[in-house]
Amino acid sequence: MATPSPVPQAYLPFEQGLKEIDELIRKLEDWARTNSMDVSEELNGHREKREELLRRIYQNLTAWDRIQVSRHTQRPQTRDYIAHICTDFVELHGDRSFSDDNAIVTGLATVGEHRLMLIGQHKGRDVHERSFCNFGMPQPEGYRKALWKMRLAEKFKIPVLCLIDTKGAAPDLGAEERGQSQAIAYNLQVMSGLKVPILCIVIGEGGSGGALSIGVGDRLLIQENAYFSVISPEGCASILWKDSDRKADAAEALRITAPELKNLGVVDEIIPEPLGGAHRDPKGAAEMLKATIDRCLKELNAKPLDVLLEERYQRLRSMGKYQEAALAAAAGT
Amino acid sequence: MAQQPKRGAGGKEARESKEPAVGPERKRRVQTEGQFIKCPNRSCSQSLFIKDIEKNFHCCKSCGHHFRVGSRRRVEITIDPGTWVELFDHLESIDPLQFKGKRSYLERIKESQEKTGLRDAVICGEARIEGIPLVFCAMDFQFMGGSMGSVVGEKIARAIEHGTKNGWAVVIVCCSGGARMDEGVLSLMQMAKTSAAIERHNAAGLAYITVLSDPTMAGVSASYAFLADVIIGEPKAMIGFAGARVIEQTIRKKLPEGFQTAEFLLKHGQIDMVVPRSEMRGTLAKILRYATVQRQETPRTAKARSPKPSGSSARAKAEPVPELVGAASGGSAKKSRRR
Repeated sequence: MATPSPVPQAYLPFEQGLKEIDELIRKLEDWARTNSMDVSEELNGHREKREELLRRIYQNLTAWDRIQVSRHTQRPQTRDYIAHICTDFVELHGDRSFSDDNAIVTGLATVGEHRLMLIGQHKGRDVHERSFCNFGMPQPEGYRKALWKMRLAEKFKIPVLCLIDTKGAAPDLGAEERGQSQAIAYNLQVMSGLKVPILCIVIGEGGSGGALSIGVGDRLLIQENAYFSVISPEGCASILWKDSDRKADAAEALRITAPELKNLGVVDEIIPEPLGGAHRDPKGAAEMLKATIDRCLKELNAKPLDVLLEERYQRLRSMGKYQEAALAAAAGT
Repeated sequence: MAQQPKRGAGGKEARESKEPAVGPERKRRVQTEGQFIKCPNRSCSQSLFIKDIEKNFHCCKSCGHHFRVGSRRRVEITIDPGTWVELFDHLESIDPLQFKGKRSYLERIKESQEKTGLRDAVICGEARIEGIPLVFCAMDFQFMGGSMGSVVGEKIARAIEHGTKNGWAVVIVCCSGGARMDEGVLSLMQMAKTSAAIERHNAAGLAYITVLSDPTMAGVSASYAFLADVIIGEPKAMIGFAGARVIEQTIRKKLPEGFQTAEFLLKHGQIDMVVPRSEMRGTLAKILRYATVQRQETPRTAKARSPKPSGSSARAKAEPVPELVGAASGGSAKKSRRR
């Protein structure tokens, strides 16, 4: 049973009533402990009520609510998942030409029975770690580091697993000087033809080109409360209405939540999260993630290389929605 | 696949009147602002006769400032007259997100279509440059800032595939603010789609050149614009990934003079050269001649077909013009019919 975690929970604005009930449960537990009394019946009642409330809240999340969940400071990030689901992790650093970008973590990892190359964006949690990781916003060297490791995966003939979690590529003077555009573009191109399976999963924020540049592969999956978008809701709102406070409207308009992305054919599958979001039960979230990775890699590994690459191409090729004007149909075949 | 034959850009009519055809947006400017326009370069500010600018590749005669060029006009000033056969013109945008913006997306599309006479922000076609066959694409800033949605992405991808299939080089003139917000993540995915098509074009050993004109930003620059074998910038063109204002807000510093100009990118090793528009056609031809050496010497290979029009009769139908060099001197801008 999911009991409130020992770490003080940071509550989101839409989680009204949860804090009170969590506190009540904690007090009751403490009281029972100090007085050696059995209050399990009463406790269970409260816990049931809590679960009911949590379910009600999380069944009715708006797009903006989900974005807040995806950005929750306690939401598990790449390094958390490495700790939970990977064994024999060997971190590899550097792009071999400029520096080591800590916004992208790369390394050899084993998930269940799969040996693979893991590439994941990491935002960091406390102030120190966040600035160390540049808030998960990669510079060109981060993308080139990822590319270098993908080439290694190709040589070793091991699949690539990409965990996407970034607001976007770093908007920075140095990044522009060193070719942010080229670094992103070249990853898209190489990944479309890399001769090993590539499984991409959005585990938090999927911010624009900065996310896509490790998001091209055979499958794109997304966790239930993650998002993937061409522009941040704040950016969209300030362009549309010159008012970044209308971010909730923008989030709605952009259709960036997991179910909507599935409808648009951009993501292939939604990975469920524990009740109340991955941040309430990181271990549970990791297990769900691991099971999905295991199943998908089994499926992808079973495909002959030419089939894999052709299906990948067709998958990318099918992206987008448009119409073919009728007059052309009359003009020719 | 159905394609609409279009009038040969820079064809007979244009040359007979001794005046280049003008786009609708330019026409309106003539009517409302008179015959003259002030050069926007502040250190120049010269009053320029609009017709002179047009004759001068849309550049200021005194300071060389490059005005933006519409896609149709770009085709006219770049390719061999009469060789244009437009492709994939029948693709049209829909409103896949039912986007709830300030105004209806479809309305804005319609408005842009009326303003520009284009169906979307890029035109693609078969063409020749100094006789060399290729697929040519030109983006148009007048159409919603040249933004890339599903239609632009699909047309670019099809154009590249068309080049790959026929063994031709591909040249794209980029001019775009980036991905089109109104189509959300679908616009973003066009970056992956076009890049995948380029990967296959590369694998076939075929040339790909981009011309980055003002502006080439964000989703377009971080996909097909920067994946070319040779990347050419136009003088002073704004080229980059993140917008300068966003960067300034993030790093809280003033950006250096000339940041994100073509010259800035050249200095930092991001592009191959900066070429004035008046020399663009000649430069493209020079590069293309290197890139197609082998193809021209061995007219029929298994994968690539001969660039010369003497191929099989079925193929000859798809040829843009019957004569290679004739088009440059003669006035017979024939419209080639497609099936």
